[in-house]
Amino acid sequence: MAEFIETVVDGIATGSLYGALALALVLIFRTTGIVNFAQGEMAMFTTFLAWGLVEAGLPIGLAFLATLGLAFVIGALIERVIIRPVEGGETLTLVILTLGLFIFINSAAGWVWGFNNRAFPNLFGEGNVDIGGVSISVESVGIVAVLLALVGVLFLFFQRTKVGLAMRAVSMNPESSRLAGISVGRTLMIGWGVAALAGALAGMLIAPRLFLDVNFMGAVLIYSFAAATLGGFDSPLGAVIGGWIIGVVENLAGTYVDWIGNDLKILVPLLIILAVLMVRPTGLFGSPEVSRA
Amino acid sequence: MKRVVPYAVLAAVLVAVPFFFSSYRVGQFTLVGAYAVAVLGLNLLVGYSGQISLGHGASFALGAYVSAILITDAGFPAFATVPVAAVVGFGAGFLLGLPALRLRGLYLAILTLGLAVATPQLIKRFDGLTGGTQGLNVDQPTAPAWTGLADDQFLYLATLAFSVVMFVLAARLVRGRVGRALIAIRDNETAARAQGVDPARYKTLAFATGSLYAGVGGALYVFSIGFVAPESFTLVVSFSFLAAVVVGGLATIGGAVFGALFIEFVPVYAGDVDEALAGVIYGAVLIAFMYALPGGVMGALRKLRGKANQFGRGRGHAQQTDGGGAGGIADAGGEPGGGVRAG
Amino acid sequence: MLAASLTLAASLVAGCGRGEEDSSSQDPGVTKDSITIGGIYPFSGPASAYGDIATGAKAYFDMVNDKGGVDGRKIEFKTVDDGYEPPKAVQASRKLVEQDKVFALFNTLGTPSNLAIWDYTNQEKVPQVYVATGASEFGADIKKHPYTTGWQPNYVTEAKIYADYLEKEKPNAKVGILYQNDGFGKDLSGGFEDALKGSDVKVVAKESYEVTDPSVASQVKKLSTSGADTFLNVTTPKFSAQAIAAVAKSDWKPLHILNNVGASKTNVLAPVGLENAKGIVSTAYFKDPEDPEWENDAAMKEYKAQLKKSDPKANPNEPFNVYGWAAAATMTEALKGMKEPTRDALMKSVRNMDTKIPILLPGVDVKTSGETDGYPLEAMQIQQFDGKNWQLQGEVQEASAEK
Repeated sequence: MAEFIETVVDGIATGSLYGALALALVLIFRTTGIVNFAQGEMAMFTTFLAWGLVEAGLPIGLAFLATLGLAFVIGALIERVIIRPVEGGETLTLVILTLGLFIFINSAAGWVWGFNNRAFPNLFGEGNVDIGGVSISVESVGIVAVLLALVGVLFLFFQRTKVGLAMRAVSMNPESSRLAGISVGRTLMIGWGVAALAGALAGMLIAPRLFLDVNFMGAVLIYSFAAATLGGFDSPLGAVIGGWIIGVVENLAGTYVDWIGNDLKILVPLLIILAVLMVRPTGLFGSPEVSRA
Repeated sequence: MKRVVPYAVLAAVLVAVPFFFSSYRVGQFTLVGAYAVAVLGLNLLVGYSGQISLGHGASFALGAYVSAILITDAGFPAFATVPVAAVVGFGAGFLLGLPALRLRGLYLAILTLGLAVATPQLIKRFDGLTGGTQGLNVDQPTAPAWTGLADDQFLYLATLAFSVVMFVLAARLVRGRVGRALIAIRDNETAARAQGVDPARYKTLAFATGSLYAGVGGALYVFSIGFVAPESFTLVVSFSFLAAVVVGGLATIGGAVFGALFIEFVPVYAGDVDEALAGVIYGAVLIAFMYALPGGVMGALRKLRGKANQFGRGRGHAQQTDGGGAGGIADAGGEPGGGVRAG
Repeated sequence: MLAASLTLAASLVAGCGRGEEDSSSQDPGVTKDSITIGGIYPFSGPASAYGDIATGAKAYFDMVNDKGGVDGRKIEFKTVDDGYEPPKAVQASRKLVEQDKVFALFNTLGTPSNLAIWDYTNQEKVPQVYVATGASEFGADIKKHPYTTGWQPNYVTEAKIYADYLEKEKPNAKVGILYQNDGFGKDLSGGFEDALKGSDVKVVAKESYEVTDPSVASQVKKLSTSGADTFLNVTTPKFSAQAIAAVAKSDWKPLHILNNVGASKTNVLAPVGLENAKGIVSTAYFKDPEDPEWENDAAMKEYKAQLKKSDPKANPNEPFNVYGWAAAATMTEALKGMKEPTRDALMKSVRNMDTKIPILLPGVDVKTSGETDGYPLEAMQIQQFDGKNWQLQGEVQEASAEK
């Protein structure tokens, strides 16, 4: 039983990592109405920036905060410079644009930083805590806590702040928002900035576990897509819960169902998604009226 | 007769290609032919029926392996494997299309993405048939002596012949009843239903047909490359095909050729410019392309032609079916496809 | 109508086939003062880290050219990117052979890429020498693929050395294997299991991973509870690091055997923390640039100086650079051994060598003998990490991949 609980807890920690990037995907989808394939690479890039800051001697906490700020600026800049000129165009054109961005960032990062592994400092330190007889690493607890905090902040942001409300309005109907006096451009810029910030957070939480290299977010992105889909592509909370379900199921399947095997493990979350979508075509928490992309 | 002239010129140019380029270049053009067929299939699905698939590479891999296995294990003549790859592709696409009846847009896209991710693993799982990680080396078709052609020239022309047939069939399909029904469903499913079109039937059909094209493209790919392995069919393939669809122009027939040229040649040239920066260049070109030609190559050509046609009566029929194309995917309320009213 | 015009066009151009290639008896790619050879590497995509091998090789050829080349011929090394995608490798090989007219392909990288092109190279009779993969296929069938040869000690050889080591040091070992689910991983883990037949060393658990997986932590976790007391870690660098970290975090304290591919101190052990790598056993066949033992070694000094000269950005501690350097050194010896500047003479030279390459470990020599032995390097030395550096253990061991 202890092993089972451990496996579940482990899955939640891993799932939180998927959920963190899924959150970024959801934020872009909510504001711009597209899937951003470059989200993982943007996160990778900012994580390298964080690594550079730490290497330059900045205390780790400060480096993290500075990176979050940088990420927001980079995200906003990407929207303003790269996305804005084609905003409002064909959805698929935008999606392919983000694909181009994916290839560009990945290759540019390799050119700047090379392709080798790097250690990335762990914000929470080593060690375990004992919760109800189950030993859990401080890192796992920290990851889950940070993620939940982020969801909480985002909830308040969307429900209580003017910018957040504007963002929701823009994502639902850009034209009438514009008529209502909302600056659509600025709102989208902020949306991309916040998404990049969430992505940067994801990258910095993930890197200590997977090691930092230019390709480290590629594999995570797939699982994050799955998490966001399962949760409903426009729900931040859904993204996190989707991540947890996928993390736990993947871990349980890997441990208890041998015939699936490690090679086809990825199909397990997909089958679950398929089953869920058959009942709820817009995911667990997705709003039915969203029918873009 | 006037309408035939441009096609005859085009045909002459296409047939002349292998006689004016090096064997290496001809090999590249042959592969473009294979890719073009697969991209066309994806465009039928994405462009005309509005269902996004990120798993097109899986059907492509299936066609390639069907062809490769039949040639190496069952001793099939290479070209005889094409219809089999087509049928298998159609069947697989039909099955894939079933969940599509219930799912829309993004959710469908992510599910198909999962299939593309799992493709190399599935190939390795069935290693008794597929050769597993060893891959399969396939003997490429050689030129019969009577043709007097070099092997690469012969292969190019054979691929061209298959491609032309596939393109003509696709053009007929989208201009006929099926095409009009697909566009009607894409643009407004409720309205289409009201007109007596059965969305479920046509959506599944679109999936199956798109997959059939991928299967044929996969078989042609095997002739051109002579080797299949799990590493040949990673996610990159599916993404490249989708990029090619958009580069060429959504909901167009001819666009597939331009898209295929793009995904084959741009990375190679980017690598020639600078090995270390190949990805940077390719990514930048792809981004720049989306700015410059958001409607793809065909969208740009159509604009040019539209301007030219203001001075005379254009070939309305062709324009109409292509017409609604680029508009429809983003929102269900987009401009209605030209073909609906005609139906 | 279309068909008719096709036929028309075809008849127009029929007969005017391409002009034949120049029919001189000279092989392409070689002139009085140059030899052009071509390499294919993943400079883009997920396997880009291997691209450094080309840097090391280029540095060596630069040095040879500075000294006047081989028999007065300067070596021109052209490289093409294939992104580790077999179809691109096929096209790259055609480009190098048909367009760039290289004399030979050298050190083309990756098991799938080389499998994709070896039918072509042998059909065209173009040497495809010293391929950058340890897959045992390349050398197993000289008759069918006379123009293809491997270079590095192949994975089966490496596996046999680990098996021998365990039979001596830990005869009742219970082994858990983590392996990459591809040609490399299966060759090595399969070779290991074959080599154990009839011994008391048992494989009690096997876990695979995909190169596209985010992490191998859950696989290591399963191995740790399998009852294994020995861990054979058959992984590429990124996953090697993850696996070492996962073992360090757990209570599992197995005898850890790490395959050569993942044994870089700079890329793998340092990111995990050197203290976590203490006691790990691996194998080596070339001198480790980070080992103080070779600090004053002439070959090592030459390598470091020349690499700095050729590519100031390159990291001399990167083992892939040494790998490329050593392979290029072998290639240069093979070119020197040609009786005449032809492709067949190159293959003859490659197939009949007994040469010392100074950057390789003493006792690891390039040895081939005609059609009976297609593997140039078949010796490795066990090494163990002492928390600071790899320490070579015992003698160099030979193990043939032939069954």
